[in-house]
Amino acid sequence: MKQYEAVIGLEVHVELATKTKIFCGCSTEFGGAPNTHTCPVCTGMPGSLPVLNKKVVEFALKAGIAANCKVSRYCKFDRKNYFYPDNPQNYQISQLYLPICRNGWVEIETSAGKKKVRIHEMHMEEDAGKLIHDEWEDCSLVDYNRSGVPLIEIVSEPDMENAEEVIAYLEKLRCMMQYLGVSDCKLQEGSMRADVNLSVREAGTRAMGTRTEMKNLNSFKAIARAIEGERERQIELLETGRAVMQETRRWDDNKESSYTMRSKEDAKDYRYFPDPDLPPIHISEAWINDVCASIPELREEKQERYQKKYGLPAYDAGLLTESRALSELFEETAKVCGNAKKAANWFMGEVLRLMKEKSLEPEQLRFSPGHLADLILMVEKKEVSAQNAKRVFERVFEEDIDPVAYIEEQGMKIVEDTSLLNDVLNRILDENPGPFSELLGGKEKVFGFFVGKLMKELRGKASPDTVREALAKEIVKRS
Amino acid sequence: MSKMIDEETIENVCILAKLSLNEEEKKKAREDMQRILDYVEKLEELDTGNAEPLSHIFGDKNVFREDIVTNDDAREAMLFNAPRAKEWQYQVPKTIL
Ligand SMILES: [Zn+2]
Repeated sequence: MKQYEAVIGLEVHVELATKTKIFCGCSTEFGGAPNTHTCPVCTGMPGSLPVLNKKVVEFALKAGIAANCKVSRYCKFDRKNYFYPDNPQNYQISQLYLPICRNGWVEIETSAGKKKVRIHEMHMEEDAGKLIHDEWEDCSLVDYNRSGVPLIEIVSEPDMENAEEVIAYLEKLRCMMQYLGVSDCKLQEGSMRADVNLSVREAGTRAMGTRTEMKNLNSFKAIARAIEGERERQIELLETGRAVMQETRRWDDNKESSYTMRSKEDAKDYRYFPDPDLPPIHISEAWINDVCASIPELREEKQERYQKKYGLPAYDAGLLTESRALSELFEETAKVCGNAKKAANWFMGEVLRLMKEKSLEPEQLRFSPGHLADLILMVEKKEVSAQNAKRVFERVFEEDIDPVAYIEEQGMKIVEDTSLLNDVLNRILDENPGPFSELLGGKEKVFGFFVGKLMKELRGKASPDTVREALAKEIVKRS
Repeated sequence: MSKMIDEETIENVCILAKLSLNEEEKKKAREDMQRILDYVEKLEELDTGNAEPLSHIFGDKNVFREDIVTNDDAREAMLFNAPRAKEWQYQVPKTIL
């Protein structure tokens, strides 16, 4: 059998996190009752006038600049015409001729190393409504709450070869959008959607094969399976002397196979033309500069800084920067307690462990970094045992309690009270002459027995280290 | 001579615009479209080599609104014109993807 390679390009739709829709003052809030966020504009009533949400342009610029794109200083909207009930105007307002950003790239990292994936363009457009099938009356029901929610479509060049690269690219975009605050990119909720264009060719050749477009991919796993499935399907066709048809296919993740949605023959003719309702957009140098200044430190820069400035291992820096929310909590904790390494240890250990145990996303964390910092400082000053500190942190993590007050209340605070320690030590040794003589006789195990007894009696008023030290001194003294 | 509007073009436009025309109407539509093309051809006689492409008739630019919610729940008014509605949704013929 010949060797084949896949050539993959992606069209990614990202829903922007604006408060209102792209062309009207309706809320974009997710999950409202049907048609509660609609108005004459987003339901396509005749005579209504769309007015562009400035934030959409800002968000698109942010995304484009972060992805190293060239900004079109002059851009405008076009109408893409098609009839479908989820599209009440019978056209979608999009950008064909002059998209807001072009010619960018992002760097991805896979097991094969680093690689650049080029971005062909990014454009702004509106989302469509939602259709539900009504079995009872055998009809469809339409909810226009999502109609007019702003999207950016990010079109890559066909620079990817396998599922691992595609997923690395999507993760990269998602992380970037989340850091920029322009989208939460949740595949399950549909705020990030990917269509995969794939063709295969004989390894080493340059000519492109006929490609198909795959839709309905709503998880990273589904994307990986769909890519593998489509690659094999196309190779099978070529191997048996048949041709790949240019078509749009819909992936069924339950059946792990795809079927034809529409072929080239009935491919749609969208008859794009400039939207006369929307005046063009001029993007000034000053505007671009403002947007550049508003771009926060992104993941790669953070990772580098954590390694250089805090001396963290690359692995830790990677995990701590996976989300902006987590990295901000970490940085604030490190700042307050003044010890980034110790803070990192707590995050890598306890914070990640509890997040996993309670299946929480970084955005859902509610503890204040100041409280974790207080706890770290108390452990450092040996005011609480490491074991107790972990227990206290569970309460901080869940209820954001004040650890200093709590430790005091619970009597967990270690007070190095030497006279109390000496009193208790002497009493215990006197009360247990048998074991003590064994200890003097060199029986190491009995040492632990005495430490345990002392700790119990002192109820955390002394640290284990101090107790061990005092006991050792007493042994020397009495032997 | 401008491009001739043929039978096939009319059929295609009918499909795209979801129109079902009878023979009489098709003939009329073909004549109308031909007249439009002839008119555009007339315009092409002008030398526009030095003119900037026009993308918007008013010459406006950067007309924006702020990202502030201004609309309340108006589904009652919105659905008032719907020929059929069910459970606050527009009811349409069965449409499958
Ligand atoms: Zn609206």
